[in-house]
Amino acid sequence: MTRAKPEDDEYWNSSKFKAFTFDDEDDEFSQLKESKRAVNSILVGDDDDDEDDVERVSWSGEPVGSISWSVKETASSIRSGSEQSFPKIDTTPSLSKQGSGYSLSSLFKAKSKPGAFQSFSESFSDTSSRTYAPELRKPKSEGKDFVSDLSPEETVRRMQKGRAFSLEKFRSLQDKLLLLDEAVAVYDGNIITAVLIFLKKSLSKEILFRELMARDVALRHYVHYLKEMGEQKLLVELLKALGRTEDMALMHYKEHLNIKDEGRRRDFLKSCLSLPFSQDDATHVQDHYTLLERQIIIEASDKKADGEIFKKFPRKASILNMPIITTLYYSCFYHYGESEGTFSSPSNIRKTFRISEKQYILTALGARAKLRSWFDVDSLFNTKNWLGYTKKRSPIGFHRVVDILHKNSAPVNVLQEYVNLIDDPDLKLSGALKYKCHDIVINIYRDLKDRQQLIVYREKLERDSPEYRKIQQLLNNVQIRWKN
Amino acid sequence: MAHTERRDAPGLPDFSLLKRLARDQLIFLLEQLPGKKDLFIDADLMSPLDRIANVTILKQHEVDKLYKVELKPIASSSDQLCFLIRPRIQTVKWISDLVNSDKVAGRFRRYKIIFTPQKFYACETVLEEQGVYGDVTTDEWNFYILPLDDDILSLELPEFFRDNFLEGDQRWVTTAGSALHLLQSVYGSFSKVYGIGRCAKMVYESWRELMEEGEQRTRQPEFAKVFLIDRDVDFVTPLCSQVVYEGLVDDIFRIKCGSVEFGPDVTSSDKSIKVMLNSQDKVFNEIRNEHFSNVFGFLSQKAKNLQTAYDKRRGMDIQQMKAFVADELKGLKQEHRLLSLHIGASESMMKKKTKQDFQDLLKTEHSLLEGFEIRECITHIEEHINRQVSMIDSLRLLCLLSITENGLLSKDYKSLKAQYLQSYGIDHLLTFANLRQLGLLEEQQAGETLTVMESKVGKLVTDKTVGKLTDAFSSLAKKSNFRALSKRLALVPKSGEEYDLRVPRDMAYVFSGAYIPLSCKLIEQVLERDGWTGLEEVTRMLNGQEFAVTGGSSSSDARNKTDAQRIVLVMFLGGCTFSEISALRFLGRERGCRFIVVTTAITNSARLLEALLENGA
Repeated sequence: MTRAKPEDDEYWNSSKFKAFTFDDEDDEFSQLKESKRAVNSILVGDDDDDEDDVERVSWSGEPVGSISWSVKETASSIRSGSEQSFPKIDTTPSLSKQGSGYSLSSLFKAKSKPGAFQSFSESFSDTSSRTYAPELRKPKSEGKDFVSDLSPEETVRRMQKGRAFSLEKFRSLQDKLLLLDEAVAVYDGNIITAVLIFLKKSLSKEILFRELMARDVALRHYVHYLKEMGEQKLLVELLKALGRTEDMALMHYKEHLNIKDEGRRRDFLKSCLSLPFSQDDATHVQDHYTLLERQIIIEASDKKADGEIFKKFPRKASILNMPIITTLYYSCFYHYGESEGTFSSPSNIRKTFRISEKQYILTALGARAKLRSWFDVDSLFNTKNWLGYTKKRSPIGFHRVVDILHKNSAPVNVLQEYVNLIDDPDLKLSGALKYKCHDIVINIYRDLKDRQQLIVYREKLERDSPEYRKIQQLLNNVQIRWKN
Repeated sequence: MAHTERRDAPGLPDFSLLKRLARDQLIFLLEQLPGKKDLFIDADLMSPLDRIANVTILKQHEVDKLYKVELKPIASSSDQLCFLIRPRIQTVKWISDLVNSDKVAGRFRRYKIIFTPQKFYACETVLEEQGVYGDVTTDEWNFYILPLDDDILSLELPEFFRDNFLEGDQRWVTTAGSALHLLQSVYGSFSKVYGIGRCAKMVYESWRELMEEGEQRTRQPEFAKVFLIDRDVDFVTPLCSQVVYEGLVDDIFRIKCGSVEFGPDVTSSDKSIKVMLNSQDKVFNEIRNEHFSNVFGFLSQKAKNLQTAYDKRRGMDIQQMKAFVADELKGLKQEHRLLSLHIGASESMMKKKTKQDFQDLLKTEHSLLEGFEIRECITHIEEHINRQVSMIDSLRLLCLLSITENGLLSKDYKSLKAQYLQSYGIDHLLTFANLRQLGLLEEQQAGETLTVMESKVGKLVTDKTVGKLTDAFSSLAKKSNFRALSKRLALVPKSGEEYDLRVPRDMAYVFSGAYIPLSCKLIEQVLERDGWTGLEEVTRMLNGQEFAVTGGSSSSDARNKTDAQRIVLVMFLGGCTFSEISALRFLGRERGCRFIVVTTAITNSARLLEALLENGA
């Protein structure tokens, strides 16, 4: 390429023939095309075919100079910029260019930069057109390398523009890293990934991993790229090398989602148990394995089960891969009352997966209410005190119990019993009103000595129903000292 | 209701031009593959494509059959296949397989991939690796912006959020920069740019580069100011239940690309109806920004007016009747149709939202925002999880709890996570890992986990790099500081005060008066101060990354005191909710300016969280 020799630079920047630098590619477009053709014809017959390819076709996939290319170029040059250009903002603090500060080539860069600086924006603004013209005078042997001689900055710039580029000359580690850092510096994820793909092919993974360790932005792009490509193995290796063992374990565990066969999935989960999860996650993964193991056993026997319950309520779906709570619900539905010794019994599941009392009651309540088995519902809450009296207790508020019963269309007499157990008077009243437990409503108003509310409520009732008469009696009762 | 615009509110530029540009380019690209061809379209591109072109146009350009990309073997018998896709590796792999299986079968076809809005190098590498580079030609359709409404422009890139914020992949940065550049080229320049967030900074830089390359032509600006904001600056707002009509419709029915499908329960017939929801719909336009509690009253008033209008027919003579039918009836019928749809939708939403569950949910949200009765909130969330109700809602509440409380106590975190996994599946382990990485759901003492990370890495690399790593990681595990921010910016009005939702006094009305969206409050403050001065403490709590840039000569330019000076473009990187749009519309009315929202996609709590699920549920 052209700017390699300082004298040349000098010349093009200071010469009065500056017009020939094709600053405005639009105006000089036809000339550019000619030069391009000329350049191409020089290159034809070159023995290095691969490079030839890289040079002729722009990254956007069209031969440079084609109609479509020209339309696109024309379109992009019809821009109306502002009078003022906005200043650059300092983006460095969190995105500092890492690692390359000490490299040899950056020393050279620092040296050569001042000279190039004044033409900085110009020389980048359109490298493709500017580089061709002087190329024509160069002997063939030199012309060959015109896109592979570019600096990291220029190369990245060309990649961004979708123009021809070549990464082959970035052979030393320093050059490769400079290229990567440059890509990171222009915030273009597409280019960062492009460079990483090149590094992946041209560096051993140990070296690449080592360098990525100090380059978080590039690292995250690489991880994402590997994820998208489905390069699971390499990804796991990378995370391991980075010391991100928990991430690695999770990444490995994630694979189970792709395994459809439940037996193989179970075996895979078993193999996950030894992975370096955090302590909590290790427990969860253990649970996952145990759960699927149980589900496979339950499924196998229930699939051909012909008990009454299965006939009356045929299973709608298999229990495989369902959450723990769903499994518990299932066992409360189909396997209630089985002894703790069986895998499918609710108590076994409850114990194995350390399910809280609250959660257990909630789930069992739902299942038994669905079956309208009010006796079971009753016994869920019955506790005997030491005198042998039974009392109802619930770790969840009774208003919630009522809710669940109602959702499972429990009859009023059942609802009424539980509404009565609600502690909070306001909740009790609203529950009673909502579920039309007239007796309770009436008693509450009576206890509140709220005559007005009773009158209002009476109007909502059917005339001469027992409730209606009850209110009537209360209102006629002269013993009560109404508050209103 | 139906706030009257301030009379001096500036008019908005005509964004339909953007559609035309996109359509013309697409036609041009189709013509590049002359002859009959079958077109395969990415599923998520179909609605956007519908907004700018139709089948007739495609047919005119020799598109024979249209297919949806399904990553399955294809049935097409055409000799030319054209693929209109987002640049995704998976899709390109699928196409490569197609080409290779054709090759094996000895079948010759021509293939063309049109990537939109741009192609990625990684995708082309796949073509190369699969040995089909050259068999397949590629092109770019630079369809950056889809105008969804007069004041909403969308990039329709929902994956922007996950790619950028979770994966840390900056592939869409230049896309956002190009979108801004496109707007600038078509509509004129900006005098001032503000922004906050890492991505915002990068997008600005990318845009600036494009600007510098462009020719410097003077043009009357159509917008005055631009505000760029990262979604992760404010996660609280998109996690809240929406209660403004448009937001609520989105939460319940999911508005897709500006249109919504109302099911039989809304249409009270046996079929579903697709409706466009934008300012063209007069009924919708009047209620979209209203708090839901006002909507019903408004609609019934509207119905009465409609009845009166119909009733005018009585006592008309033939001439009058003729005029009525010619001039008014069509409009009335149209209004009638819309009105009955929105009444149906409101009814259906009422049924869902007046349930006790929803009331409890809102109460919990408000308590969390206020920092009030946190224990009760936790109990409620726990119960929500235990009952296995909506997996997303449970997650949403957990995240809100974590952000507002700066992380969960270790004991709570462990127990809630365990219960969540029991209720919704253990593979949500992966979801929790994602949420943690994003800082959405964390265990308190985030510092501790950081130290573990550091010491592990520290064994492998030198001290110097550890310092840098810490920086990089801490930016992920940042503290939310919500409580302090909320206090500093007065986001949560004092409790106990009456808030008349009919006459909103501030942007908090979009959340029933309980909370002013942080994102919108920042925008308001910065515009008011013309910069970040005085907000140092706030930006520090938001992790810095703020900027304000002035174009060289704007301040001296007195003639710029035109309408354009009062149009503000707000770009949300990572998505924006309808509640935020409503809040900005409100702010605009208050300040006599207009906001144009540019977003990478419309989001809401469900979309935001679904993007972070890992188990494909």
